[in-house]
Amino acid sequence: MHERPPKVIVTKIGLDGHDRGSRVVAATLRDAGMEVIYTPPWQAVASVVKLAMEEDADVIGISSLATDHLIVPDLMAALREAGLADVRVIVGGIVPAADEAALLAAGVARVFHPGADFDDIVDTVRRLARERAHGATA
Amino acid sequence: MNAPHEPAAVTADELAQRVARWRQAYDAAVPAAEPVRNRSGIELKPLYTALDWAGPSHPEDSGVPGEFPFTRGIYPSMYRGRSWSQRQLVGLGVPEDYNERARELLALGASALSFLPCNSVFRGYDADEVPAALLGTCGTVVNHARDMERAMAGVPIGDISTALNDPAPFTLLAFQLAVARRRGVPWSQIAGTSNQSDCLSHFVANHMFFRIALPGARRIVVDQIAFANEHLPRWNPLSIVGQHMQQAGATPAQAMAFTLASGIQYAEDCLARGMDPDRFLPRFTFFFDISISLFEEVAKFRAGRRIWARLCRERFGAKDPRSWRFKFHGQTSGVDLTRQQPLNNIARVTVQAMAGILGGLQSLHTDSYDEVFSTPTAEAARIAVATQNILREEAQLTEIIDPLGGSWYVESLTDAMERQILEHIDRIDAAGGMGAAAQQGLVQRWIGDSALAFQKRVDSGQQTIVGVNAYRVDEDPASYPSLAYPDATRMQAYLADLAAYKAQRSAAAVAQALDGLAAAAQSTDRNIFAAVVSAAEAGATHGEICATLRRELGFGQPLTVV
Repeated sequence: MHERPPKVIVTKIGLDGHDRGSRVVAATLRDAGMEVIYTPPWQAVASVVKLAMEEDADVIGISSLATDHLIVPDLMAALREAGLADVRVIVGGIVPAADEAALLAAGVARVFHPGADFDDIVDTVRRLARERAHGATA
Repeated sequence: MNAPHEPAAVTADELAQRVARWRQAYDAAVPAAEPVRNRSGIELKPLYTALDWAGPSHPEDSGVPGEFPFTRGIYPSMYRGRSWSQRQLVGLGVPEDYNERARELLALGASALSFLPCNSVFRGYDADEVPAALLGTCGTVVNHARDMERAMAGVPIGDISTALNDPAPFTLLAFQLAVARRRGVPWSQIAGTSNQSDCLSHFVANHMFFRIALPGARRIVVDQIAFANEHLPRWNPLSIVGQHMQQAGATPAQAMAFTLASGIQYAEDCLARGMDPDRFLPRFTFFFDISISLFEEVAKFRAGRRIWARLCRERFGAKDPRSWRFKFHGQTSGVDLTRQQPLNNIARVTVQAMAGILGGLQSLHTDSYDEVFSTPTAEAARIAVATQNILREEAQLTEIIDPLGGSWYVESLTDAMERQILEHIDRIDAAGGMGAAAQQGLVQRWIGDSALAFQKRVDSGQQTIVGVNAYRVDEDPASYPSLAYPDATRMQAYLADLAAYKAQRSAAAVAQALDGLAAAAQSTDRNIFAAVVSAAEAGATHGEICATLRRELGFGQPLTVV
């Protein structure tokens, strides 16, 4: 069976608008052959869940510079509530070590920090998409 | 005696021969390679001589500071006359948190304050309209005039200068004016800057603007400039921002060009209102990012100064030399800093700050080494300020005005940066100006392309970043500084107080003031900012003022492209 390319949403939730990171990551994933759905910043948690459902996304990438990672647990809960627990979530940006543990505990698959290796990001998204396609869970 | 000796007579032919001889020796020693370029893409030679720069290309370039076109500095005395201002950003938590910090700074001898509001304020909302977890994490929550009264309790607002990070519709300034009126401080004494009041840079780069459509936001900027001309002689209403664009990925030349193009847009918007350039231009200020590319940054600022001087004199018709001066604040670049080996950032900030000082800035914010993790810790903030003090008082950087002037390299690089900046400005003019270029997404695309190109250079190892793609060491991330979040109890108390404030004030007075604001927005000739001030004095909140303007002037969704 031919596998479709990974489908990934790259977005920012919350209040901050700095989007250099999300744009560069989105362009890199697109150049790596993935189907990237890119949104402007300031998305509400509910809109991201709706988009993931409508687009049947494999992975959601949340970019956070200014503490918006604090509402990522709300996104995880909303995804579960919508029956989308299999959609994998990664977070990239400024996330203090103490908060990283809380995000992973909330179900986030991986947190990338400033200076992350872009090949690592691409490989991780591919792996997560494959796992979802094959029904594996974390 | 210390008189200069007679120059040895070297003819142009002899010099060319010597340089050719050097080139042979150089080529024998260094294998041929790809040309080396700076971040703006300008090719860098291994050596510069009088063949590369023989003197100013414009006969009118006086070659001394304080004279048109100000390549060497906007004042005759520069730092010997007056040091740059140290302006560190402050803001966290609730108004009382800000007040404690502001009083500490004043007790330490500060004569200027800055005020960074919470992201909810930037975005045009009251604290009760956003997720509570995000309140006060990146700036102070301030929603109405009584909040500002608390933030400024015991602070002599008529005697100090305050830089308010206050995008359109400038409610923080309106709250400050309301506080001044209550205290009996004349508005003519209120000094400072509407920092980052440039809505265009927010629109194309960091999207921290209040969610109002761009034409309306531009109108409010001009209204506030007109209001300040009339009532606030010590206030700088406009700070035009290149920092956001360079942080978002623009090269130094692009960032300077886009900023100057924004300056052109605002100046022409003011001229279209019939305003006198010699009234508004002297109070335009600029705000730039300073990267670690030292000589490129110096050349960026030298070129920017003379392009702006020419624009003011020739394109806007300003006759007063004060209108031609390019005053700017610099902030060391956060994107150059690394999470890995964080103390290395102190070295980076030192080089960046040197670039800004050698480039002739008027005011400087040095980043704390831990900024890549969090809002600065007290220790890191102290080091950031000490870095400025060391450069100013130990390093003897400041006794000589424009010490790099006359360097064949720096002068020729200044010319090359100037040419590239002017080409970018021409492209924006051809698109109909910065407002139109932003609405077409052109500038956003150029910035995004540059950000991606830089990331590719890092990924391929062409651009070394110590600790990230080279010289890595094993580190325990748990040892990195953590983020200090505002006190949750204080924030809950703040929200309760906000509810009580809304319940207690005169609903009729607020409704009437907001109707007046809507009417001003609907009209074409009434000053919207004057109506914002009236609404603030009547007790309206930031969120209510912004909601009214969003309704009347349209919602501003950021235009992003990948």
